[in-house]
Amino acid sequence: MNLRGRRIVLHDNCLRDGMHPKQHQITIEQMVAVATALDAAGVPLIEVTHGDGLGGASVNYGFPAASDEQYLRAVIPRMQRAKISALLLPGIGTVEHLHLAHDCGVATVRIATHCTEADVSEQHIRCARKLGLDTVAFLMMAHMVPAPELARQAKLMEGYGAQCVYVTDSAGYMLPEDVTARVGALRAALAPETQIGFHGHHNLGMGIANSLAAIEAGAVRIDGSAAGLGAGAGNTPLEVFNAVATRMGIETGVDVFKLMDVAEDLIVPLMDQPIRIDRDSLILGYAGVYSSFLLFAKRAGAKYGVPSADILVELGRMKTVGGQEDMIEDLALNMSRARRRG
Amino acid sequence: MGRINAALIGSGNIGTDLMYKALRSSWLRPVWMVGIDPASEGLARAREHGLATSAEGVAGLLPHLARDGIRIAFDATSAAVHADNAAKLSAHGVVMIDLTPAAIGPYCVPSVNLSAHVGKREMNVNMVSCGGQATIPIVAAVARVQPVAYAEIVATVSSRSAGPGTRKNIDEFTRTTANGIEKVGGAKRGKAIIILNPAEPPLIMRDTVHCLTEDEPDQAAIRDSIGAMMVEVQKYVPGYQLKNGPVFDGKRVSVWLEVAGLGDYLPKYAGNLDIMTAAALRTGELIAQEMAEGAFPGRPS
Repeated sequence: MNLRGRRIVLHDNCLRDGMHPKQHQITIEQMVAVATALDAAGVPLIEVTHGDGLGGASVNYGFPAASDEQYLRAVIPRMQRAKISALLLPGIGTVEHLHLAHDCGVATVRIATHCTEADVSEQHIRCARKLGLDTVAFLMMAHMVPAPELARQAKLMEGYGAQCVYVTDSAGYMLPEDVTARVGALRAALAPETQIGFHGHHNLGMGIANSLAAIEAGAVRIDGSAAGLGAGAGNTPLEVFNAVATRMGIETGVDVFKLMDVAEDLIVPLMDQPIRIDRDSLILGYAGVYSSFLLFAKRAGAKYGVPSADILVELGRMKTVGGQEDMIEDLALNMSRARRRG
Repeated sequence: MGRINAALIGSGNIGTDLMYKALRSSWLRPVWMVGIDPASEGLARAREHGLATSAEGVAGLLPHLARDGIRIAFDATSAAVHADNAAKLSAHGVVMIDLTPAAIGPYCVPSVNLSAHVGKREMNVNMVSCGGQATIPIVAAVARVQPVAYAEIVATVSSRSAGPGTRKNIDEFTRTTANGIEKVGGAKRGKAIIILNPAEPPLIMRDTVHCLTEDEPDQAAIRDSIGAMMVEVQKYVPGYQLKNGPVFDGKRVSVWLEVAGLGDYLPKYAGNLDIMTAAALRTGELIAQEMAEGAFPGRPS
């Protein structure tokens, strides 16, 4: 694979996707420390939001240690070069949240929908463009539809004004050929000036390989998280990807050694549990289940005496989508009742 | 006492389903349906059932209001169109039941506050949202036992049952529902989340309600209150079911619901749409009853 000379924007997600394994309890001080270190390492774009995006603070997803506004207002003024992005899932956050994020000084917003529901993002994408924000669309659980349908959805988002569309492997289910097909289909369908991004999860250990496949097929923005801090078995570990990319001659502009220091010295000590491919995370990747369900399934399993692995497999069979965390306790209650009867 | 004549504005899925329900009513008689597409299937079905139709929107209906004695109109168009429809019809003394998120008039969730609308002679009543109709009764059932500091609902509907209007302005759903949770449900603060799921076969509407009570929840009283409320909602939505809960976890009270529709015109999985048409009809019937008893003085001019 020859990717020499390709210029790629690395987008760190440890302060947003990393909120999932931290149960949204990263403190403002930790956010500022990590973001300034990432900035110093040359990471150009850093996401800072509740794990489920702006407005995600809830019983359903978890209440965070501080509000999106507090995090953003603390982090943004401290950035020397890096820009800060925020995530928004229509149905959870609203255009009011977009205005708030803009007011806090966010440069990029990412509007995320399930891979078949792009048309719920119209009002948010249009609003973000009107505000002059770098506007990114984020098609989650992208493994659930074939490449041509994903391209059709991407085209809708481009039509609303998205300047970049992401293939988002929320379940960490994809193999490199799946990524190649989807990124390739988007590249063929979208205007040349519309960028393509890839967001990976490491549930099958494919984060790096999938990101390389994405670049080869035309992606120019790659997500990862320092030390992999993200939902499930984490995101593509950004310091590892940056080292691989640098060896291959891909231009990321990010300092290999400084980024590995951030991962080792700041992120790993922050972890409540090791971010690794344990049995449950492997099931996420194998069965195609939304990575953020991991801790919810572990907790519900422990509370109701049902193996979390069984809960996750069933969530996959039910074809649940991102955001349906409320179904996990419901399912655990049903399974526990069935076992007692059984 | 005779039935009160009503018009249906909007010939889409909601308007058509509402027509089938209204045809069975002992208080209302649907006599008109208006749409904007002459080729609409809804208008054709309305004609089959003896309704007069127009494809020119409310403008096509105005000349016939007096002759056909129309006193109630159900609006199943969109929030933007509703404001205009309401202005035109209210001027002629027609009471509007608003199924759009426009919310010009006060909210009505029949099992919770229908009686509060009695005798008010409101000219415009709003049906909140599908998620609101499904979940506000549970919030109210907890709030009538003890103060609720915060209530949050998650509505999951099949992608097929979410029409283009909902999709273009999904924020209206979250905003209106949160508002209804506070104003009708009685929670101090409300939050609403909506999820669209494209699974096939389509999933039946699911709703989760989380209440955070101010003090320790009175478990027995809350359980009884929710049980009684389920019966009230089931009177107009027979497919309204408690799947799990109430689960008590500290001050959190959680309830999991499923809403299956009657399958009049809309498929049964679209309980989200059915609960809107059923609630709107229930509200319209109350107003019709009041009119029949002479409570509303105005006649269409």
